[in-house]
Amino acid sequence: MAQPNSKSTTPYLLDMDGLAALISALRRQGRQIVGPRLADDAVIYDDIETAADLPAGWGSEQAGGHYRLKRRDDNAVFGYGLAPQGWKRQLYPPRQKLFAARRQAGGFTVEPPPPPAPPLALIGVRACELAAIARQAKVFGDRAFADPGYQTRLSSAFIVAVQCAEAQATCFCASMGTGPEVTAGFDIKLTEVFVQKHHGFVAEAGSAQGAKLLKALKAPAAGPAEIKAAGVAVKNAARQNKHLDAEAARNLVAHPDHPRWDKVAERCLSCGNCTMVCPTCFCTTVEDVTDLKGDNAERWRKWDSCFTMDFSYIHGGAVRTETRSRYRQWITHKLSTWVDQFGEQGCVGCGRCVTWCPVGIDITEEAAAITGQERI
Amino acid sequence: MPERKRPKLAVWKFSSCDGCQLTMLDCEDELLALTEEVRISYFLEATRKVEKGPYDVSLVEGSITTPHDIKAIREVRKQSKVLITIGACATAGGIQALRNFKNVKEFIRCVYAHPEYIDTLTTSTAISDHVPVDFELRGCPVNKYQMLEVLNAALNGRKPNIPRHSQCMECKETGTVCRMVATGTACLGPVTQAGCGTLCPGKDRGCYGCFGPMEAPNTAALAARLGQLGQSGRGIRRLFHTYNANSDAFRKEGDNHG
Repeated sequence: MAQPNSKSTTPYLLDMDGLAALISALRRQGRQIVGPRLADDAVIYDDIETAADLPAGWGSEQAGGHYRLKRRDDNAVFGYGLAPQGWKRQLYPPRQKLFAARRQAGGFTVEPPPPPAPPLALIGVRACELAAIARQAKVFGDRAFADPGYQTRLSSAFIVAVQCAEAQATCFCASMGTGPEVTAGFDIKLTEVFVQKHHGFVAEAGSAQGAKLLKALKAPAAGPAEIKAAGVAVKNAARQNKHLDAEAARNLVAHPDHPRWDKVAERCLSCGNCTMVCPTCFCTTVEDVTDLKGDNAERWRKWDSCFTMDFSYIHGGAVRTETRSRYRQWITHKLSTWVDQFGEQGCVGCGRCVTWCPVGIDITEEAAAITGQERI
Repeated sequence: MPERKRPKLAVWKFSSCDGCQLTMLDCEDELLALTEEVRISYFLEATRKVEKGPYDVSLVEGSITTPHDIKAIREVRKQSKVLITIGACATAGGIQALRNFKNVKEFIRCVYAHPEYIDTLTTSTAISDHVPVDFELRGCPVNKYQMLEVLNAALNGRKPNIPRHSQCMECKETGTVCRMVATGTACLGPVTQAGCGTLCPGKDRGCYGCFGPMEAPNTAALAARLGQLGQSGRGIRRLFHTYNANSDAFRKEGDNHG
């Protein structure tokens, strides 16, 4: 992955063939290509073979507890908004085997770890998602105890970022200062443009390996019309109807007894969907399994959620037995105490927790109500 | 060398379809390993060879629906060091608990040519309503990996890794796109305990709630949402009143609709 603050170079203009060539080149590097693909009534991030797998002409309509695929008027391949789950699935898989051990003559031996998976190429990473990746990278590594798995997967990944050309009704990256403009953390940055019905991608390098790859594609330089169109696209995506006052939300922690916690608990299913789709939520549990004989044991790390009862289980029972206290824990950590821990917000404004909450609970509305802000 | 003393396992059946016992036989690859670790002493679905109790571990399938069942389960409890109930029938009364909402005498009159031969209770209830139970394994049917985990835990004297959280967590873990949000399909996933292996949502169906209520089910909030998605009161009642109709949370929520 690119180093932060790397300087972008002269933009190129790729057409669909150029994008296909880029994906082929990444495949030839032996990478596992993950990108947007149509599946199960949504555009998801999954393994793709070629550019033909991209969801040309598909968009989505998103609102609280609501997602519908819809046909676009154009054949844009990156016009689908955000996928249900982010790149956390690839960089921080929901189930990870930590180690396996085998009983042997009076003791046990620990099995060597499996060979590393092929390096990733992530196609279509949005600005808010890059911010989320950077935040998880901080959680998993910038202090004394780095997570080697996460750091290896991230540092070996090639990131093709895409700037949004429009916002979903659930987007609020502009409020959180994470987007829609892609500024750092990418190898190649694309902006999908239509200039006089010509479909193309303004492409800029964000790292040495990105620059090398772009150069090898022998694409023409982007003209002023395309560069202008790219700028217009990002401006358009910055027009967002949902807002969150991040500074005011810092104060959530000062309202532990607000009556709104009870109101939201009436609606909250404590199903954990918000935490599962959140691109920064990082909590896990560890599970030991053995075979029936007890000769083989494995230790697994699995995604966990602060909405489960087991999450706060200590001797004598769970600490947070009420839904109100579990919701409060989640949102307060996300918007308030995360800043104390890591010096930045835990929320990047992607809006996934709003879209994928089965009952459409809106983090921006709850934060505003509890910290007494007027809605914008 | 004398034969190693293996714990004695018994598998019992009450009112049920036998699907959970079949799940045990469906363990195939693991079945031989299991027989090396336990001595199958009573399992009529698998073998007519029967050994007397007491038993170290008893798995109990089925619900209590007759006066005879009540006597029998007390005897099973007496003979069992550890008693584990398996499946929706044994843990909640099963689909046959729908009788609890109606007049059983009328059913008997309609169905049987000679109602006088039928000796049944007016309710179908969980095993734990009649005797103390050490662990309840949910599902209709149970998941074979969960069943092996529970047996494994019982044999090794540890707590089984059986989560009580929502089905949604399992859907997200497997990368299944939410049926309710993406298609408006009615789904009980948010109030249902995980563990089935995402069988229905993975096949474009909403969750039917086979694994019963999760640890903290907010059924009222889900029912309100199902109403917004176009489900009628009757539809909502029917969703809650299926395999786990007699579990507290689902029974009460269903009763509030239709």
